[in-house]
Amino acid sequence: MIAVRDLRKHYRVHKRPPGLLAAAKSVLRRRYDTVRAVDGVSFEIRAGERVGFLGPNGAGKTTTLKVLAGLLHPTAGEVRVDGHEPRRREASYLRKIMLVTGQKQQLLWDLPPAETFELNRAIYDVPRDGFDATIRELDALLDLGDLVHRPTRQLSLGERMKCELAAALVHRPRVLFLDEPTIGLDVTMQAAIRDFIRRYNERTGATVLLTSHDMDDVAALCPRVVVIDVGRLSYDGPLDELVVRLRPEKRVTLHFDRDVSPSELEPFGTVVSSEPLAAVLQVPLASLNPVVAGALARLPVRDLTVENAPLEEVMSELFARSRAARAAEGEAAATGPEAGS
Amino acid sequence: MNAVAARVRAVPTLLRIGFSEAVAYRAELLVWILSSTMPLIMLALWTAVARDAPVGRFGQRDFTAYFLATFIVRQVTGAWVSWEMNWEVRQGTIAARLLRPMPPMVAYAAETLAAIPMRLVIALPVAGIALAITGGRVLPHDPRMWASFAVSLAGAWGIAFLASFGVGCLAFYFESSIKVMDLYLVLFFVLSGYLFPMELLPATFREIADWLPFRYQIGLPVEILTSAVAPREAAVLIARQWGFVAVLFGIAVGLWRGGLRRFAAYGG
Repeated sequence: MIAVRDLRKHYRVHKRPPGLLAAAKSVLRRRYDTVRAVDGVSFEIRAGERVGFLGPNGAGKTTTLKVLAGLLHPTAGEVRVDGHEPRRREASYLRKIMLVTGQKQQLLWDLPPAETFELNRAIYDVPRDGFDATIRELDALLDLGDLVHRPTRQLSLGERMKCELAAALVHRPRVLFLDEPTIGLDVTMQAAIRDFIRRYNERTGATVLLTSHDMDDVAALCPRVVVIDVGRLSYDGPLDELVVRLRPEKRVTLHFDRDVSPSELEPFGTVVSSEPLAAVLQVPLASLNPVVAGALARLPVRDLTVENAPLEEVMSELFARSRAARAAEGEAAATGPEAGS
Repeated sequence: MNAVAARVRAVPTLLRIGFSEAVAYRAELLVWILSSTMPLIMLALWTAVARDAPVGRFGQRDFTAYFLATFIVRQVTGAWVSWEMNWEVRQGTIAARLLRPMPPMVAYAAETLAAIPMRLVIALPVAGIALAITGGRVLPHDPRMWASFAVSLAGAWGIAFLASFGVGCLAFYFESSIKVMDLYLVLFFVLSGYLFPMELLPATFREIADWLPFRYQIGLPVEILTSAVAPREAAVLIARQWGFVAVLFGIAVGLWRGGLRRFAAYGG
C-alpha cells in the first residue's frame, strides 16, 4: 500500500545571527543552511496495517507524513501510496487518504461540526445514503451525540478531536495518516480515540500510519513501529521485538505484607525502586522463573506482576544508541582523510 | 470528467456553507459593511461641492446616483480572500484545503460569492433610496445596457477576486505579502472611481486609468448603471475589462502554482 524508497527532504533555511548589524547585513547578503529533515528513509507498509512512526522532536516524522499526504515534494527518493505519486495530488488520490493532525484542524471554526461533515460530503461526492450510514456509524463509535450541532469554537479540545476524526472519515479513506492525534487530551479521551482508531482499522481495513510521542498510543495501536531519528531509519519491525532486543530484562513489581529493606531484595536482581511495602526489580529474562519462585518463597509477597520495561525507556535507549552510532560515524569520517594523508 | 462533475455538484453546498460562515458573526458583518461606506461619505462631500454649481457634468443628483451606485457595486464585488490566504499560509492551515479534492481557488471563490446575499440586504435598500431620490432618471432604458451592467458586474467581481487571490498567493513567497494589498488598495481608491467619478480626473490620468484594472472594478459598472456610457463604448470597455479578468486569472494561477511548489519545497 505504501512504499517509500530512499526518501530525502532537505530544506534551505535562512541563517542570521542576533543583533542589529547582522540584521542589516542579512538584507544585503543572505546565508543559508541546509536542514536534512529526512535523509534516506525507506520502508513499506501493507494494506490494513497499523504502524507507529516514532522519533524524537525534529526526527522527520511529520515531514514524512506530509510527503506521503502530498503536501510536500520530496527532494529525492520515491514515494508510492496505493499506486499514486502523492506529490501529484491527483483528486483520485486525495479521495483515498486523509491526514489528521492533533494541532491543526479542518473543522469550520464558527459553524457546528455537522456543517464540516456536510461540506466534506459534497467535496468528496459521497452519496447521501452512504454519508448518513457513515455518520451513524461514527456517531456510535465516537459517541458524538449533540456535539456535532454546537459551534466548533465552543467545544473542548477532546470534543473537537472526536469531531475532527469524524470529519476526516466521512469519505472513508483507505489510508489514514495521524499526526499526534491524542496530543493535549485527557486520559479518558486518549483511550477513546485509540479505541476508535483501532476499531476503524479493524472494520474498514484502512491502513493507519501514526506518529505520537505518547507511548501508550503506540503500545495500544501499533503492532509494528518504524523509528527515525535525525532523518534516518533506526528501526523497522514488531514493537515486541524492539523491546526484547533493547531491554531483554523484565520488570518485576512486588507488593509486600511487611516492610522489606533493599538489602533483602538485592539477591533477586537489580533494584529499580524500593519502598517499605513495594519494590521494582529488573531481572534478566533467563533467570525470571527462579527469581519469581525465590521471591515468592522467601519474601512476604502479597502481589507480583511481570512486565516489559516501559516503552519510553526503550525508545530513549534506541535514540541514544542511534545517536552514538552516528557520532562514531561522524568521527570516523572526520579522522579518515587525516589517517589517509 | 467525473472529477469535474463532482466539483460542480459540490458548489451549491460550498455556497450554502459559505453563507452560513458569513452570517456566523452578525456584529462583525455589520461593522465590516459599515467599513465600506466610503461612497456614502463621498456622496455627502461631492453633493456639498456641487450645491452652487455642477462639477463637470455632475450636479447634486448625478453625484447622488453615482455614489449610491458605487456603494452597491462595491458591496457586490468585495473580496477579502488575500487576508484569509495570508493567515492560512502562515499558520499552515491551508494544508486542510490542499488535502481536499477541490481546487482551493474554487473554494475561496465560493466563500466570497456566498457572502453576497448578506451584503445585498444592505445594498438593496440603498438601491431603493437611490431610485426614490433620482426617480430612476439616470437608469438605462435599453435592456441591452442592463445586460451589459450584469456582465460588467461579473467582470468587476472577477477582477476584485483574482487580484485579492493573487496577492494572497504572495504569502507563499514572502511574509509581509499583505502589504502588497495595502498598495493595491491605495491605487484602487485613486484609480477606480471609488472616491470620485473617473470623468473628473485630468485627461492624462484617465488614459492611464483606462489601461489599469482598477476602473473596471468599480467605475465601469457604475458608469453603465448611471447611463454615463453609450452602448458601443460600453461594449469596448467590457471587452477590455474581461481582458483584465483573463490576464489576472493567468497571473493568479501562475502565482498559485509557483507558490504551491515553494510551499511544497519548504514545508508548512
